[in-house]
Amino acid sequence: MESLSPIILTLVTFIPALGGVLILFIPRRDRDIKLFALVVSLLAFVASLHLPVHLHREPLPFGFEINKVWITSPAIHYHMGIDGISVWLVVLTTFLTPLCVLISWTSIHERVKEFFILLLILETALIGVFTSLDLFLFYFFWEATLIPMALLIGMYGHGRKVYAAVKYFLFTMIGSMFMLAAILWLYAKTGSFQFAEIQDAIRGGHVPGFETASLWLFLGFFIAFAVKVPLFPLHTWLPDAHVEAPTAGSVLLAGVLLKMGTYGLLRFNVGLFPDQARRNAPWIIVLAIIGIIYGALVALVQPNMKKLIAYSSVSHLGFVVLGIFSFTTAGVNGAVFVMLAHGVATGGLFMLAGILYERRHTYEMSEFGGLATPMPKYATFFLVTVLASVGLPLMNGFIGEFLVLTGAFQSRPIYGILAATGVIWSAGYLLWMYQRVFYGTVTHDINKTLPDLNLRERVALAPIAIMALVMGVAPLIWLNAIDPSVQAALANVPQMLNKVVSQ
Amino acid sequence: MAISQSVPPPSADYIRILPELVLTVFGMLVMVIDPLLDEKNSHQALGTISFVGTLVALASTFWIAHSPDYHGTAFWNMVRVDDFSIFFHIVLIAIAAIAILSSFEYLQVQRIRAGEYYGLILFGTVGMCLMSSAIELVLIFIALEISSIATYVLAGFRRRDAASSESSLKYFLLGSFATAFFLYGVAMIFGATGSTNVDAISAALRSGNVPVLAYVATALMFVGLGFKVASAPFHIWTPDVYEGAPAPVVGLMSTGPKAAAFAVLLRIMFEANVPGRFWLIWVSAVLTMTLGNIGALVQGNVKRLLAYSSIAHAGYLLAAFAAHPELGTSAAMFYSAAYAAMNVGAFVIVGHFANAGEKYVALDDYAGLGRRSPVLAATLTFFLMSLIGIPITGGFFAKFYVLTATLKSDLVGLSIILVLNSAIGAYYYLRIIVVMYMREPRGDVPVTRLPVAAALAIAVCVLLTLYLGVFPGRVLDYATESARALVQDNAIRAASSPSVEPTAQ
Repeated sequence: MESLSPIILTLVTFIPALGGVLILFIPRRDRDIKLFALVVSLLAFVASLHLPVHLHREPLPFGFEINKVWITSPAIHYHMGIDGISVWLVVLTTFLTPLCVLISWTSIHERVKEFFILLLILETALIGVFTSLDLFLFYFFWEATLIPMALLIGMYGHGRKVYAAVKYFLFTMIGSMFMLAAILWLYAKTGSFQFAEIQDAIRGGHVPGFETASLWLFLGFFIAFAVKVPLFPLHTWLPDAHVEAPTAGSVLLAGVLLKMGTYGLLRFNVGLFPDQARRNAPWIIVLAIIGIIYGALVALVQPNMKKLIAYSSVSHLGFVVLGIFSFTTAGVNGAVFVMLAHGVATGGLFMLAGILYERRHTYEMSEFGGLATPMPKYATFFLVTVLASVGLPLMNGFIGEFLVLTGAFQSRPIYGILAATGVIWSAGYLLWMYQRVFYGTVTHDINKTLPDLNLRERVALAPIAIMALVMGVAPLIWLNAIDPSVQAALANVPQMLNKVVSQ
Repeated sequence: MAISQSVPPPSADYIRILPELVLTVFGMLVMVIDPLLDEKNSHQALGTISFVGTLVALASTFWIAHSPDYHGTAFWNMVRVDDFSIFFHIVLIAIAAIAILSSFEYLQVQRIRAGEYYGLILFGTVGMCLMSSAIELVLIFIALEISSIATYVLAGFRRRDAASSESSLKYFLLGSFATAFFLYGVAMIFGATGSTNVDAISAALRSGNVPVLAYVATALMFVGLGFKVASAPFHIWTPDVYEGAPAPVVGLMSTGPKAAAFAVLLRIMFEANVPGRFWLIWVSAVLTMTLGNIGALVQGNVKRLLAYSSIAHAGYLLAAFAAHPELGTSAAMFYSAAYAAMNVGAFVIVGHFANAGEKYVALDDYAGLGRRSPVLAATLTFFLMSLIGIPITGGFFAKFYVLTATLKSDLVGLSIILVLNSAIGAYYYLRIIVVMYMREPRGDVPVTRLPVAAALAIAVCVLLTLYLGVFPGRVLDYATESARALVQDNAIRAASSPSVEPTAQ
């Protein structure tokens, strides 16, 4: 399989977009288009499985590298490569996309062709973000995620979809402008867009004026990523975008797009500016903890199921940021694991909420109650996913949050204590939601006749439930790949608390 | 001009201005053939002749580009053919070609006589081309007048519409006022240096102390050219004129004369190396982009919106002028080309959609276009994305190079203002996209089929924008080469005394 190494990343990245372009030429028969989109996304998933399987044979720090000159002046390279952190995010993306196709099978009935084209282009852009090792290429893919997602929300969403789409677009666009300025500054001073070269130049002190500029550069990257995460107080776009987005949009938004932010924090903010990251960690951790608690509290009082899940994302992503800026091996390992676990579990929750919406056209929890009676299979899947999200031991949510909290305690006990309350809150709002929707007697007559999951929906949900369990039982499959890369990422952070993973 | 004028110029000189000659000949041809044809059938024929004319001019430009023998000065040091002028010739003639293509259907729908129209476009292009190659200020002035007078008339071509006449008159009055300023500036610089030749001025300014008069001259010439490129505070005319003028003409005049005026500005600023330019440009650039963007935010008419957006883009382009001469010149050149491709493209679509009498130019008319005419909406979205500056479009690399130039010149303050402005810009372009895709279609707005010529024009613009967005290297390399040649003489001087911006801490 040696021969595949240089091209596999290109393949994985561009299979979806190529599929999207081919859909253009398929006549407007919706069934054909859906089937084709499903096949393409499955193909991308199968191809992406090559990456984690063979990554251990690849050179460090980045495997499957491809480095070709794209534009000579400025020196922009088509440079891709992945390490133990990004490899799982790529797989997460390719894992969720086929499920998104399945879940949109009947809920999208207008402009079907455009929908799947946008979805597949979005997949390519997302994978590209995680595979790029050239800052310019990274920015390119980063911006490329913007348009398809905004269109998915604006064209296929419901309610105040235009407001949500524009808000999403502007928040991220303005944030990433600052990142662009920072990238260009780095290019102007180092003459390179290559992540590794810039990292070396900074580490070696070859960048003129870096001392005075480093704080601003750090902030430039930080703002772009913090908006995406979203970190309190930049999170206000998220609930709007989630509530109005179509189900597939929500799944990818929560599952992958938010991880672009945390991935960026880890790769670029910590990777390029370790000193500044260290220096600014206290206030960032405070924001993260505010996010954890605030997100949980707001989720607690939501009458709208989707909004509740959206705020739970704010809370969970707070854990990720906390883990990264704890600068402990356990914390960062945990952060990466939470990213994956949250992608699976919250993606699942959004799919489940979407299934209910398809039947009742509402997300209001007061409209439901006692659903376990008419929809037992649905209730079971929902319970598994909720428990995964809550962080029940042996489910995937537990591992990551446990590691993050370990790291937070090592860093400073008060961080751990405060963040740990977030776990309790999340159990509160999620289980309360479950109780209100599924237990008791059926309160509305219309709910008595709701059809249970059909085969397609079960096929879409089963992988989520299985993954939630497998990741919880055998987390080492993931952590074994993550840990070396985390160690490498932390190696250049000053005064590192070197404590080994306690797993 | 000490050379004896009785000697006829060598014949090679005529070849050096071959593109201009070709355009002139075809322009006259159109005028002569026009009365011979029946007015009803003349549109296609005259349009085709003019289009062929631009193609031949384009071909002759490429031929000159590949024949180094015909580079150099001509007509007693009045014209210089170099990479710089060739670059702008290609941009300008291409703009004219696309404007002509997009006018085929437009003239018929609006019932406009074709002969003068195409003739004026060709003559105007001659003026613009001369502006980019002239190195004699008096010739620059004449070229400026040729191009301006053509556009004054073109702006008023929808003569059944009062707005169009208003547009023409406003443009004419303010324009002639502005060119007078330019002429004053030329007179002053003559007074200060004793010459009107760019090279002689440069030499005179470098040799001794710089008289105060030269500063005044710089300011006056900047006023004149600032009007042409619609830079603040000389931009007030733009929205009214663009709103009234025929859409294909707006596509032309928001890019062509602007590019030509920028070429002149580059020559005067960096080749003649006039004094006191830095703060003049810095302030004007900041004002221009900010006022343009703020103005665009509240527009309900797409033509006016794009007018304000063109002001903002002039501001971004001017920012490049504040940078290091070599970097700034190449960035400005690339920007002119990229901006021309995307803006002309956008105006072709706006012109097609406006329909007879330019009835449908309000933002609300675009509601649901994404559903009713997916291709038209998708291409307009593409151009708007390029105007926003989203990757894989020429607009992205244009902004990117300007930012690189300003950052490399340590103009951090200016760069940040530029970045913030692009963020504002994203909002109003996005409004158009939102209206097209996310609002319910209106039944009473007709969407007619795109005619072949306009489709071709749009396709060319899309391809060029895409090309500049994916493979910008070649065009940029060429621009960098010509910029190096242009500022070669001044490079050492500029390097020894870099402009220092107080806000750059």
